[in-house]
Amino acid sequence: MPVFDLSQTPLRELNSALHTLGAGANDTEFEVINPRGHHAVAVGIDAPVTVEIKGSVGYYCAGMNDGGTVTVHGSAGPGVAENMMSGTVVIEGDASQYAGATGRGGLLVIKGNAASRCGISMKGIDIVVQGSIGHMSAFMGQSGHLVVCGDAGEALGDSLYEAKLFVRGTVKSLGADCIEKQMKPKHLAKLAELLEQAGITDVKPEEFKRYGSARKLYNFNIDNADAY
Amino acid sequence: MSYHNPFTPPRKSATFDDYTLAEIRRAAATGIYDIRGAGTKRKVPHFDDLLFLGASISRYPLEGYREKCDTSVVLGTRFAKKPIHLKTPITIAGMSFGALSGNAKEALGRGATLAGTSTTTGDGGMTDEERGHSQTLVYQYLPSRYGMNPKDLRRADAIEVVVGQGAKPGGGGMLLGQKISDRVAHMRNLPKGIDQRSACRHPDWTGPDDLEIKILELREITDWEKPIYIKVGGARPYYDTALAVKAGADVVVLDGMQGGTAATQDVFIENVGMPTLACIRPAVQALQDLGMHRKVQLIVSGGIRSGADVAKALALGADAVAIGTAALVAIGDNDPKWEEEYQKLGTTAGAYDDWHEGKDPAGITTQDPELAARLDPVAAGRRLANYLKVMTLEAQTIARACGKNKLTNLEPEDLCALTMEAAAMAQIPLAGTSWYPGKGSF
Repeated sequence: MPVFDLSQTPLRELNSALHTLGAGANDTEFEVINPRGHHAVAVGIDAPVTVEIKGSVGYYCAGMNDGGTVTVHGSAGPGVAENMMSGTVVIEGDASQYAGATGRGGLLVIKGNAASRCGISMKGIDIVVQGSIGHMSAFMGQSGHLVVCGDAGEALGDSLYEAKLFVRGTVKSLGADCIEKQMKPKHLAKLAELLEQAGITDVKPEEFKRYGSARKLYNFNIDNADAY
Repeated sequence: MSYHNPFTPPRKSATFDDYTLAEIRRAAATGIYDIRGAGTKRKVPHFDDLLFLGASISRYPLEGYREKCDTSVVLGTRFAKKPIHLKTPITIAGMSFGALSGNAKEALGRGATLAGTSTTTGDGGMTDEERGHSQTLVYQYLPSRYGMNPKDLRRADAIEVVVGQGAKPGGGGMLLGQKISDRVAHMRNLPKGIDQRSACRHPDWTGPDDLEIKILELREITDWEKPIYIKVGGARPYYDTALAVKAGADVVVLDGMQGGTAATQDVFIENVGMPTLACIRPAVQALQDLGMHRKVQLIVSGGIRSGADVAKALALGADAVAIGTAALVAIGDNDPKWEEEYQKLGTTAGAYDDWHEGKDPAGITTQDPELAARLDPVAAGRRLANYLKVMTLEAQTIARACGKNKLTNLEPEDLCALTMEAAAMAQIPLAGTSWYPGKGSF
């Protein structure tokens, strides 16, 4: 297993090694030690590799991940797993702002809390947060699922498109055009599936409420101007 | 004897002119602001207000038909492993598939490639046709991230992080529902037929310190190969350029208020941002103050129409220019041959700017398959290439007359200004004087 000690090895060598894996490469399990808050750790992965990061990372860890499995044994700075295409990213600690921003696919699991704008502009990613999330989360969320086992901050789902939001605790306020919606059996089934994928066993899908778009701002209407 | 008052002709207000009155009535009737395409239509100080001095006893010219005048430019020499080499400094600005038809995007790629220059994607992502027909393709990285994916990032030749554009510095975008075809909806991952809002701020960074880290991420993902541009609208060009350099840009793209947009509020287009002419010198000054002029390249856009405009932008310190509206006109936008249809839309050739409605008779700013089929991408690409070549020849003609064997050797000393405004904005002496406003005594 290749081990990269970021207190000794330049970041470039780690990312370069992750990008140059040929088909059928043997070394697909990477370990990163002493990440020390480095930015852009394990970004642009384009292969089914496993990366275990032993410590906390800075901005954009696992950015644009496409097929990798990245675990951060610590906390993550802003923009973790931004624009993820596929694969899995797990944060054992907390995540800062914009976690999973614009993600297209894959699963982001945050075992602690996530700060503001979690899932901003999400486009297909599934995000499961075991703790709580900050304000303006899922802003302009287009598709995918955001599951929050704790509470959500102000203006959840502002200007939401078709992303589906599930919150178990309280929601401080809903953003423009975001409303509580009926939880149907298909939603409960999806929620159960996501919780299982995230390894969360102590909560039940029935304890959540579902939020989604009222679709009133989909086409501009001057009489809705106060909502903007 | 009867007395008649002398006739007094009706007097219309200069403040409330016919256009203003019509706009008030339109707003009152519809309850919505006017949305349109293109850039500002108001008259602002521009390159027309500058002239070249030409050679004389103290400077000798180059022979037009014998002596070389180099037009090539290399962009991205600061950090990128693979800088871009262009034959002409006139590039094609970012315009989206969505705003433009697939045929129009293909035509732009074909024309740019024939002329040896680059073209640029736009909001909504990269299409295979566009990549296939563009030898050098710049990939825009926009706040909406519509269609953004790492595969396209890697198959681009350069990346342009869009912070703003000249038509609407501080504004996002809007692609109205009528232009959202199945393909556009799929590329943007949104339901068909709804208005698609493009955010005005990036979702995962705010401010120059974050931008520096974002650029680090983009470089790491693309293994430091691609030049990274930062595009800003003409707002605070000195500071925006300095901050772009600080954030790690290879190239700064500076777009003045004459730069076009696919669709924005008319009030925004006409009232926010600075004229291109006023943007260039502060940006160049920032580069010079940082010791980065010519090391970080400057691309200027917004109202570039001719080789003279190109030469003037370069003389003021730009390394290259970008054209958008002019490129659309070259491929057929607003062509008088569609006059009858423009009339039906309540407009006339040359004034058509409802690009957001998707009814473009020329088949360019539309997703309607029948209208789009009117544009032959091969012939339109040829027209664009011709136009780019003419502009390049024109710029060379002027450069040789100024004694320059390379376009970027043109310098402010080659210019004079026709108006006080242009003299002040471009810091070029008023014709016949050695003075411009702000410079010492008259």
